[in-house]
Amino acid sequence: MTGILIAIGSLTLIGLTLGTVLGAAARKFAVKEDPLEEELKAMMPGSQCGQCGFAGCAQYSAALAKGEAPITLCAPGGKALVEALSQKLGVAADLSGLDDKGPEHAYIKEELCIGCTRCIRECSTDAILGANKLMHTIIVDACHGCTKCVKVCPTDAIIMVPYPVTVVNWHWPKPEAGNAQARPEPAPAH
Amino acid sequence: MKLFPVRGGIHPEYRKDLTSEKAIVVLPMSAALYIPLQQHIGAPAEVLVTAGDQVKKGQMIARNQGTVSASHHAPTSGRIREITEVAAPHPSGLPQTTIILEPDGKDEWGELPEPIADPFAADPRAINDRVAQSGIVGMGGAAFPSAIKLNLGGQKKLEILLLNGAECEPYLTCDDRVMREHADEVVDGARIMAHALGTPRIVIGIEQNKPQAIELMTRAASVFSNVEVVAVPVQYPMGSERHLVQAITGIETPARKLTADLGIVVHNVSTARAVHHAVRFGRPLVARVVTVSGGAIRDPKNILAPIGARIADLVEFCGGFAARPENVVNGGPMMGQPLPSLDAPVVKGTSGILALTAEEINDRPDSACIRCGNCITICPCGLSPVEMSAFIRKDNLEMAAKLGVTDCFSCGSCSWVCPSHIPLVHYFNYAKGALRDQENDRRKNERIKTLAEVRTIRIEKAAEAKRAALAARKPAAGTAPAAGASEAKATTEEKVNP
Repeated sequence: MTGILIAIGSLTLIGLTLGTVLGAAARKFAVKEDPLEEELKAMMPGSQCGQCGFAGCAQYSAALAKGEAPITLCAPGGKALVEALSQKLGVAADLSGLDDKGPEHAYIKEELCIGCTRCIRECSTDAILGANKLMHTIIVDACHGCTKCVKVCPTDAIIMVPYPVTVVNWHWPKPEAGNAQARPEPAPAH
Repeated sequence: MKLFPVRGGIHPEYRKDLTSEKAIVVLPMSAALYIPLQQHIGAPAEVLVTAGDQVKKGQMIARNQGTVSASHHAPTSGRIREITEVAAPHPSGLPQTTIILEPDGKDEWGELPEPIADPFAADPRAINDRVAQSGIVGMGGAAFPSAIKLNLGGQKKLEILLLNGAECEPYLTCDDRVMREHADEVVDGARIMAHALGTPRIVIGIEQNKPQAIELMTRAASVFSNVEVVAVPVQYPMGSERHLVQAITGIETPARKLTADLGIVVHNVSTARAVHHAVRFGRPLVARVVTVSGGAIRDPKNILAPIGARIADLVEFCGGFAARPENVVNGGPMMGQPLPSLDAPVVKGTSGILALTAEEINDRPDSACIRCGNCITICPCGLSPVEMSAFIRKDNLEMAAKLGVTDCFSCGSCSWVCPSHIPLVHYFNYAKGALRDQENDRRKNERIKTLAEVRTIRIEKAAEAKRAALAARKPAAGTAPAAGASEAKATTEEKVNP
């Protein structure tokens, strides 16, 4: 009989002690900010263009972390970001509605530019070079395709163009599925 | 010399006898030469000529720009017709900027740099400069600018210059012929390179299926105590620099490291000959030996072709096609790339042009993987092609990268051995390209973030400065109403931009 009492007593003691320690630790080391928010912010383009409707990337990340915003709002991030976010957050994304033309950059039609500098003030990555009443041009390496400049141009001189495929950046496409994959009943995946 | 075993590898039919006994013949001058600005790894060269210019043979027509680049020279004398976009000798067939030269038929050398009389007394830097000035790139196929590899001597302690004469690709015999016909020039070039690199030893590795080359090279090297010719076993891909180093020294080059980290620099035998010409005669690299072979070629040959000669001209010189070629390949049959057009030119890295018949290619649709494991057994890099390709097929590039797909150098042994004809190496080529794109995107994203942050900081600072100026002026305005002109200007700006 005493054996049972000792066992119950010691287990209760251990349970109480560990419970107190865990309870104290949970208060002392509590994480106030959602770590997910930081991770999401790191995935964002980070140019604070505001096209998602939030003030910047940080605010959009916060809304995403709380599950209050759809994952398809980021224009510069494009399809790649939506895919990454859907994987990260475990949210199914409807990619069919997303019109993805692949990465693009802005291009200024020089004969139409009047040198109003509106696009320069709009650009969040300093990717436009020019001065008042002088023709502007895009620094392609610094442009991330947020299209903010396109919207403010009074003469529609800015268009979005895809990056050219050259001998240097070309790579082989994915091999087409052969017979094995085309059969009605595919071979068990390896 | 003791040789060390190399993991994996295959033994394809070599079919080198088609051209191995054919002496090098000079290609008759074409009607026009097409010299692309990018024939090498790195940045394209910068054009130095304009349409209508008269140039002499050996005159520099495009200069290297950036750290990794190579110059190009006029392969013959003549007139520049135009500088335009021409299809590149590249599987994509995309156009690239090319200088078109119309030969005048005189083939006159222009003014060449002075030969270096005693290269072994010269400063290694003088030799490096000459190699860079002569536009020499690795002639085994990768076309990496040679001067950069020779510069390694100043940065690292190097032990061995390994000259790659393995030529393990089937059909190709251009290096074999160069070694047999110009053994002395190859050995001399190697000795000059070793001097530039500061390596005490030179080892020339040749596959055993080239007995004449081994004999002639051994004879040429016997005069020099530090030059050694080693016959390596016939095993594809012995000509890969990492595997040749392993066969000769027993050391395996770690992934993402260079053989130079082990104290060994590998150069191709034809590159050594080009260095000999550049240093002893001041002649830049303007021509190379190309093997034109394959079952569809009427009369296969080893041709000394000027850089920029159209591949169609080489094929015509070999009597044209005897059968319908199923595929025309630039390089060897294992690692070579299909040529979309015969109008593309010969460049510095073109080792062979193969017109292959349907039987030679044996192209069949792929069937299901039977998990025989042959691809794992033969992979010379110790990878697992079956697993990597399965992940790539399901678009899981991340897992493929974890399994080491970037360490694959696309030797094609797995595709060759696969009984189900699964295009394994095609999957890896695709994955490597797609992963490179992802990496570039990631880098660009980081750069964009920095730019945006810098701009935010700058705007904040400007606003801060304005507020400070305003705060400083307010009490001052109270005591002395007559403010300076500059301050008045600042006030108006403040009003415009509150």
